[in-house]
Amino acid sequence: MSDAQNPPVSGGDLARAVLEGPDIHRALTRIAHEILERTKGAQSVVLLGIPTRGATLARRLAERVAQFEGRKIPVGAVDITMYRDDLRLKPARPLGHTDLPPGGIDDKIVVLVDDVLFSGRTVRAALDALNDLGRPRAVQLATLVDRGHRELPIRADYVGKNLPTAKSEKVRVFLEETDGRDAVLLVREGER
Amino acid sequence: MKHLISAGDLGRDDALLILDTAEELARVSERSIKKLPTLRGRTVVNLFFEDSTRTRISFEAAAKRLSADVINFSAKGSSVSKGESLKDTALTLEAMGADAVVIRHSASGAPHRLANWVRGSVVNAGDGTHEHPTQALLDAFSMRRRLGRLEGLKVAVVGDILHSRVARSNVLLLASLGAEVTLVAPPTLLPVAVENWPCLVSYDLDAVLPKSDVVMMLRVQLERQNAAFFPSAREYSRRYGLDRDRFAKLHDDAIVMHPGPMNRGMEISAEVADSPRSTIVEQVANGVTVRMAVLYLLLGGAIGGEVQ
Repeated sequence: MSDAQNPPVSGGDLARAVLEGPDIHRALTRIAHEILERTKGAQSVVLLGIPTRGATLARRLAERVAQFEGRKIPVGAVDITMYRDDLRLKPARPLGHTDLPPGGIDDKIVVLVDDVLFSGRTVRAALDALNDLGRPRAVQLATLVDRGHRELPIRADYVGKNLPTAKSEKVRVFLEETDGRDAVLLVREGER
Repeated sequence: MKHLISAGDLGRDDALLILDTAEELARVSERSIKKLPTLRGRTVVNLFFEDSTRTRISFEAAAKRLSADVINFSAKGSSVSKGESLKDTALTLEAMGADAVVIRHSASGAPHRLANWVRGSVVNAGDGTHEHPTQALLDAFSMRRRLGRLEGLKVAVVGDILHSRVARSNVLLLASLGAEVTLVAPPTLLPVAVENWPCLVSYDLDAVLPKSDVVMMLRVQLERQNAAFFPSAREYSRRYGLDRDRFAKLHDDAIVMHPGPMNRGMEISAEVADSPRSTIVEQVANGVTVRMAVLYLLLGGAIGGEVQ
């Protein structure tokens, strides 16, 4: 993997691509199939992405499910900023966009979609947010990368890639729609 | 941003951040559980030295929807009526652990003074004839929701400019958001040095109406008027009131606003106030949303010494 292709990361850091465009494509295709299999045709499934990149991934999954089944499934986004447990560690952050499909989430199987599963705190916040938005029949979790180091009893139902990481490393996801290219990079902080 | 004292303190980016945050929060008011846990454990004190219904209730609803604890303090029936000073009241609130103080006071500049005495954030909910920044923010928010933009919008603010804190805050905010404001009033109801404000001034409502996208009617504040500023209510109404005939001069997409409370039949006719192009009721709903955005941005993140 030549470093020349990688997007610039801050000076001294070492970045290694762990997933390239085609890998992401294949992982999402597999997850879409798994969702269809596990939910028996995704009859009452609602895909909800966590902004920013989770929302993009949710839309991509919805496209694939529509391709395979010839039927659109509801897709939306749920912003978790107001439910975070670390709000008081930083100045107030701008809010993301919450966008529920018209049918809502009551009695649906909600599949939360995020790019990276790490501590599990984001998913915890998302579960709280869902609680205020309705009462789904079940909630499942899909993630492109599971990098471990959970701090809460949370696991993913659908995983694009299990990626063993050191806690000091950073996982950065780039997606065509927001970043101009598809890639997942593992960034190790350089020696300073 | 630590305090919100003047709309003039808000740069274009700050103001847009508040409006965009409000846009996201507007959905909270539409769902069945109208509550977010964000300000759990924060205390907001509503300190109202002047009568107010909608602003106080609006701030209270906004704080409660964000799960903050709300303490309402009105000067009537409090130790203020026994002669307690603003500073002593402030220190009392400080001792109760207020994270934010929302203050309305009849003296211009009271919130500014208060900000030096308390550790928490101070939000100006109207001070004398000076400013009412959250009203200007909710007005801008209402305009943007109805008309889709603020840049280049032509806004006429009509009436008792002299006693209006809403007018000053609107002029300052709308100027930084790129709208073009024209103040319309009889010369006696314009403040000194209005020519230095970032807006145009006219005495002729009929000339301004056809080119306006927004007409904001202000209440004639009889309680603040200590002299005869116009010959009679009837004459004021004939020259500066928005009635059916004047309303017809507006172009088809133009909207009519009023910060409330209205004097129906004085500055605005009942027919115009209740028309579908009037945003008066919407403004109240948007007020809660915009105040939620302000409280979130002031209190939602790290405050004081909480970082590290």
